[in-house]
Amino acid sequence: MITVVLLGKLADLAGAPSLQLAAPLDWAGLKSALPDALSAALDDPRNRVALNGALLADKATLHAGEGDEIALLPPVSGG
Amino acid sequence: MRDIRLLDQPFMPGMLIGPFTQANPGLGGVCTFVGEVRYDKGVEALELTHYEPLTLPGMHALADRAFERFDLMGLLMVNRVGVMRPGQPIVCVSAAALHRRDAIDAVDFCMDHLKSAAWFWKREKRAGQWTWIEPRAQDHSDLARWQG
Repeated sequence: MITVVLLGKLADLAGAPSLQLAAPLDWAGLKSALPDALSAALDDPRNRVALNGALLADKATLHAGEGDEIALLPPVSGG
Repeated sequence: MRDIRLLDQPFMPGMLIGPFTQANPGLGGVCTFVGEVRYDKGVEALELTHYEPLTLPGMHALADRAFERFDLMGLLMVNRVGVMRPGQPIVCVSAAALHRRDAIDAVDFCMDHLKSAAWFWKREKRAGQWTWIEPRAQDHSDLARWQG
């Protein structure tokens, strides 16, 4: 399984702070496995993706395997 | 002396600042900023969420940059996560240096970056409803002060 951690308002769109999805997942696979509203939000370039705690420069290059953790990160809040 | 922490429980800044000052003998100045949850109209609570693999390492990277940029003897950077009430401390940054300008500027630098670029997501509760706080234009201008 792959753990998907959702931060900020993306957790609201998912209805949970984390999800478990079957491995493996690439970018298209991840998007198709998520609820529509969340999947659409991921196209926003301001929403970043981390794999096992490392930010991806290009989220389309995502390749996650068994035991990996994907984090979906909306823009951080201001002061 | 370098002390970078996330805390998930209320804290008293004085309990941190005293020992921090003691731990930097020979300093010429200490500058401390404490941020508290504002009593904005109708705000009942503020919640900060973080992402463990990014948030604390990001604060350490910020501390590294502060040490490179300013002539510091010590830096204390503590940020709360979890649910807070108005009036509770949310952040404490303290810098010790031989000269005041380095201490004052290091605190200002760290605060601008903590507020605008650190991995925290905030939401506030009004009338029982939680609302996420969006990025502000001011955050970009705060960061721009330190570029170039």
